[in-house]
Amino acid sequence: MASAKVVKIAKTASGIPGLEHITKGGLPVGRTTLVAGTAGSAKTVFAAQFLAEGIMQFGESGVFVTFEESPDDLRRNLAGFGWEVEAWEAAKQWRFVDASPDASLLEVSTGPFDLGGLIARVEHAVQVVGAKRVILDSVSAIVGQLGDSSRIRHELFRVASALRRMGVTALITAERLGEYGDIARFGVEEFVADNVIVLRNILDEEKRRRTIEVLKLRGTDHSKGEFPFTVTDTGVVVIPLSAIELEQRSSNVRATSGIAELDEMCGGGFFRDSIILVSGATGTGKTLTVAHFVKGAADAGQRCLLFAFEESREQLIRNATGWGLDFESMEQAGLLKVVCAYPEMQGLEDHLLTIERAVKEFKPSRIAVDSLSALERVSTLKSFREFVIGLTSYVKHQEVTGLFTSTTPDLLGGTSITEAHISTITDTIILIRYVEMFGEMRRGLTVLKMRGSPHAKDIREMTIDQDGMHIGKPLRNVTGILSGNARQISEPESVRLDEMLGRTRTDR
Amino acid sequence: MPRYKFRLFVTGQGGHTPTAITNLRAIGSQFLNGDFELDIIDVLDQPAIAEEARVTMTPTLLKDTPLPARRLVGDLSHTARVLAALDISMASDGNSRGRS
Repeated sequence: MASAKVVKIAKTASGIPGLEHITKGGLPVGRTTLVAGTAGSAKTVFAAQFLAEGIMQFGESGVFVTFEESPDDLRRNLAGFGWEVEAWEAAKQWRFVDASPDASLLEVSTGPFDLGGLIARVEHAVQVVGAKRVILDSVSAIVGQLGDSSRIRHELFRVASALRRMGVTALITAERLGEYGDIARFGVEEFVADNVIVLRNILDEEKRRRTIEVLKLRGTDHSKGEFPFTVTDTGVVVIPLSAIELEQRSSNVRATSGIAELDEMCGGGFFRDSIILVSGATGTGKTLTVAHFVKGAADAGQRCLLFAFEESREQLIRNATGWGLDFESMEQAGLLKVVCAYPEMQGLEDHLLTIERAVKEFKPSRIAVDSLSALERVSTLKSFREFVIGLTSYVKHQEVTGLFTSTTPDLLGGTSITEAHISTITDTIILIRYVEMFGEMRRGLTVLKMRGSPHAKDIREMTIDQDGMHIGKPLRNVTGILSGNARQISEPESVRLDEMLGRTRTDR
Repeated sequence: MPRYKFRLFVTGQGGHTPTAITNLRAIGSQFLNGDFELDIIDVLDQPAIAEEARVTMTPTLLKDTPLPARRLVGDLSHTARVLAALDISMASDGNSRGRS
């Protein structure tokens, strides 16, 4: 696209997890980027992290120009993220330029002035530590003193061009008054920077949701729209959901479900790099399916990570024991790790990070989540959808088998919101449904879809006893199970149907 | 020892610099009878001193003595405000002091 004359703008990796995905490579080198956000939108953490990651990952020194908080406060606050600012200052990797208000010295304005002192100090600091990165936090604190907007614009322009002359990659934070509308408080800040990033902290259906949006990166490509991010104990983590390409490798290696009959229904087992969704009403046997999946992994000497959002650890282990499965000894053997968490404990973005961290630590071959729908109730639809996409993409990238369960709201038939959002992403869907037959509640199980593999199309009767799950014969003379309207049909009719459709009856 | 000790931080020779120096000298001779010492610091030459004094805007005038210390930003063209901030009573009546 670019002609030979056009110099391509180089980008530098910020080091902030996930930011490189949405900026498609990082921030433009030697340019200034405006980071705008309301109070409490994590601007300072974001900017400070740009410096911290520069030091920790790339050995690039940085200068922090502070207009609001004092360096002492910042040192203390940033230590909470594990950033040893004082040590970096001693090593001449980090330097503060303190432009925070001095309460002891009242300033009186006596006529026109400019930001010459600030620019000289920043330049000095950049030289002293050999800085490649500079942040100014937050410029709104100072532009208020400059008067009218043409002067603000002029002075900020001087600052931006001085930064460019110094050859540093800079972040300038600016305060916004609302989440949508003017980019920054004085309406002119965005003109001084070629690049604008907006951080938001939105109240959506009574839940706080942080998002980041790259508004412009002049001359370079970037992902459009808002992406969720979260602030963890190691700083900001951007979750680049849509940026995750759907180009997962897929293999033909099969992984057992732990149930011989189910493997047979799936044409020999699940695929290794696949996502399996087990859907069913409460009590149909979803957790049991998970338990078999865990056992199947353990028997093959594979590790499984189990996230339980519905039951406590004790409950889970007791139930498994009831089915003849010993979770505790599997854990002792290092083949299983059970993580129990209340869905309400944290936001979905943080749940996703918790899962990712556990996967990195435990390095499992399989992941089970019981259930996804429990997480549905703690979030908005939009963030749940993003969470599911993020989780499934992550799981697929790890080359592990993922088994998720989903609870349907209706006892008979029905689908859930979870399925509506996840069904196209999953490779295999297994439905477990209650079937009312001759005044008795029985269970039917079917493999609704399985990508890339032949699978059994019939609905089979499933029973549960002290040895776990058993899959029996097809429920031949019942129709309407999936719609929740099970209806018995007489034997001759079902035979007739089979003949009509050219099916042969098998008594498997 | 002069009674007033000032430090005036400026950026370079142009811009607000000459105005600020002229204004301060005029105030010094008119209201302080020349009883002052003025140290002009160009932040481009001595950024470390600017850092130490936490000077962000230029021109910035620091009155170090007599106490209390004062900090004035701007080119000192608003004489009434300068005098008020420096606790210097005007020779003329107080009419212009009320300006804001």
